Amino acid sequence: MTDTSRQKTVLVLGGRSDIGRAIAHSFAADGYAVALAARNAANLETDKSDISLRHNVPVSLHEFDVLDTGKMEAFIDSLGVLPDVVVSVVGLMGEQAENEKDTDLSARVMRSNYEGPALILGLFANRFEERGSGTLVGVSSVAGDRGRATNYIYGSAKAGFTAFLSGLRNRLARKGVHVVTVKPGFVRTQMTEGMKLPGPITADPEEVAQATVKAVRKGKNTVYTKPVWALIMLIITHIPEAIFKKMSI
Amino acid sequence: MKLSGWGRYPTVECKTSSPRNEADLAGLVRSGQVIARGNGRSYGDSSLNSHMTIDMRRMSRMLAFDEASGQLTAEAGVLLADIISSFLPRGWFPAVTPGTKFVTVGGMIAADVHGKNHHSDGAFSTFLDWVDVLCSDGEIRRCSRDETPDLFEWTVGGMGLTGIIVRAAFRLRPVESGWIRQTTIPAENLAAAIDIFERSADSTYSVAWIDCLSTGASLGRSLVYLGEHAAHADLPRKQLQAPFQTPRKRKLTVPLDAPGFALNRWTVKAFNEVYYRAGRSKTGTQLVDWDTYFYPLDAILKWNRIYGRKGFAQFQCVIPLEQSKDGMQALLEAISAAGQGSFLSVLKRFGAQESRFSFPMEGYTLALDFPVNNRSLELMNRLDEITIAHGGRFYLAKDSRLKAETLAKSDTRVSDFREMRKSTSAAETFSSAQSDRLVL
Ligand SMILES: Cc1cc2nc3c(=O)[nH]c(=O)nc-3n(C[C@H](O)[C@H](O)[C@H](O)COP(=O)(O)OP(=O)(O)OC[C@H]3O[C@@H](n4cnc5c(N)ncnc54)[C@H](O)[C@@H]3O)c2cc1C
Ligand SMILES: NC(=O)c1ccc[n+]([C@@H]2O[C@H](COP(=O)([O-])OP(=O)(O)OC[C@H]3O[C@@H](n4cnc5c(N)ncnc54)[C@H](OP(=O)(O)O)[C@@H]3O)[C@@H](O)[C@H]2O)c1
Repeated sequence: MTDTSRQKTVLVLGGRSDIGRAIAHSFAADGYAVALAARNAANLETDKSDISLRHNVPVSLHEFDVLDTGKMEAFIDSLGVLPDVVVSVVGLMGEQAENEKDTDLSARVMRSNYEGPALILGLFANRFEERGSGTLVGVSSVAGDRGRATNYIYGSAKAGFTAFLSGLRNRLARKGVHVVTVKPGFVRTQMTEGMKLPGPITADPEEVAQATVKAVRKGKNTVYTKPVWALIMLIITHIPEAIFKKMSI
Repeated sequence: MKLSGWGRYPTVECKTSSPRNEADLAGLVRSGQVIARGNGRSYGDSSLNSHMTIDMRRMSRMLAFDEASGQLTAEAGVLLADIISSFLPRGWFPAVTPGTKFVTVGGMIAADVHGKNHHSDGAFSTFLDWVDVLCSDGEIRRCSRDETPDLFEWTVGGMGLTGIIVRAAFRLRPVESGWIRQTTIPAENLAAAIDIFERSADSTYSVAWIDCLSTGASLGRSLVYLGEHAAHADLPRKQLQAPFQTPRKRKLTVPLDAPGFALNRWTVKAFNEVYYRAGRSKTGTQLVDWDTYFYPLDAILKWNRIYGRKGFAQFQCVIPLEQSKDGMQALLEAISAAGQGSFLSVLKRFGAQESRFSFPMEGYTLALDFPVNNRSLELMNRLDEITIAHGGRFYLAKDSRLKAETLAKSDTRVSDFREMRKSTSAAETFSSAQSDRLVL
């Protein structure tokens, strides 16, 4: 049915997460072939059949650990085709209180949200630059816009990732390669299940996904989901430090 | 979190969890009393459990499709709306569908839902090949008519009380287009409506909207809608070019969507009058898209809010064929005498169905909804009595207010159902606010 010779491909790193699944579905609905990468990729078989049945597109599974930086080049080579779009959804929140006490734990959070995603997107950036096309998407977080007592270990790693994406965008802007930064606020996912989230400013994974696909299509640079988070973060980032440091938000 | 069914009555504070896979699900079932919840389109308290309501909507993967037989295998949380949007463009449509597409596969099996084709095709279970059920011992069992048939038969129509439906395989029907050839026939009164149904046994689909406030000689005046899937030969050239493409947005001819619409005897009466006249003037056959034909209410999202904050209750019963005319007559007389008009009243012919616990039986079914208040609750108690006096029974997917004694009186199968729940230990793990109320 679909002309596979010209069908675009999206690679989703972190394909098991609710947001990753939703992003894969949204691209598939747009006609993209889908490659899902995750740890223990083999047990994503049901998601593979789900995406291909719903959207009539080919789906492949790929083993991937974002902390295994030594294997990244080989991972890219093993894909067969270089994707048109790569989305990194990988992230790890952990418990702030535990992370504060344990350097191994906090290093893991830092590496999973910054080092790993930045390195892999950096490698794809080089190949995209050579080809002269492609879009890189990093799912960062509003938590990276300003460090807060409740989650600054996670937030600082996201801040690093956001800065990395911004630099990458700057580098590639005239090379035919686009970079999108997605900054979700609260999202109803497995990561946040059980937390009390404020309904009106909490997004469903599907909303994040649709905003992501739209940003890729329209070549947007940074998107907040829900959009109201842009305003919320504008205010939060403008609170003077002298006041901010005494606040609990 | 505060949860309710579609009728927004009753509301119960429930703990919830949304499993993503079998392991999550098994963990929840081991944790104590639970009930599965699909998309919450049952009207009352069928999918509420304060200890743990398991939201199945994240277990929503389509697993396999067999082009030869039309068999779809899917996880229980898959929405019917998604099945249609994936498979109608490929020439397949649900073999049985309720009046809303916002239901899950699990919900359709647990209520063994019926559609406008029950008289010709039976309920959802007719097209169900097998079900995987997570039982109280934590085991997932595949059941079908041949394999563990007891579990299969009790699960169909069992309202989630035998276990959690994890996935199932069921058949879709091949169709040539997304259009329905609809024929509208006005009926002056109940007898005429029943006549039309009996004469239309060959129509694939049939349903009647009934004016439950009309009295005297026009008691039960109705508009009967018959329908057939349009074949290529039925389509004008324009539609034939893309037979599965139907318009996305439609306007309703009837002002159903009035916000803050005050529902009382006079407005409902006026609505019914307008609706009947509008329908009568459009008699004959026309092409209607599938969404308009099967799901007119889905066009108005959250229409359950027009009844105000107290919510509303559905009454749906079926009365066996021999007693249908008398029974329906008595029900309609009671309703119009009480002046408690229902906004949406639907009459439908059921075909024969053998089942352990499903709702349908050969005869006529009437569905009505009322805002929740003392007068309407009293009226519904009256309707219960009339139903029982005519050998009828009640649809649990619509119920929020029946009494345990009433249910037991209406349906001798209830004691067997209870017995099964005890002997299989299902009762120890699976329960809902409804099963508590009805002592199931
Ligand atoms: C506008 C409208 C029109 C309707 N028209 C019709 C109609 O024409 N015919 C008809 O038959 N019904 C009709 N219904 C009722 C509806 O089809 C049923 O109530 C159906 O069960 C709702 O499915 P759900 O996924 O929303 O389930 P819920 O309402 O969430 O749950 C319904 C029951 O199914 C059980 N259940 C859900 N998922 C599972 C699972 N995975 N495993 C085990 N049990 C489960 C629940 O425990 C509960 O007992 C209509 C409802 C509405 C709102
Ligand atoms: N939920 C929110 O409110 C929210 C808000 C802002 C931003 N975000 C961001 O959105 C993204 C998705 O989050 P989510 O809410 O859907 O939570 P999630 O389910 O926890 O998603 C995290 C994803 O990262 C993957 N991952 C973690 N470590 C990995 C590793 N070493 N190698 C490969 N993959 C690894 C996980 O894979 P496994 O399945 O293998 O564990 C999982 O797919 C994250 O980047 C998160 O920071 C979420």
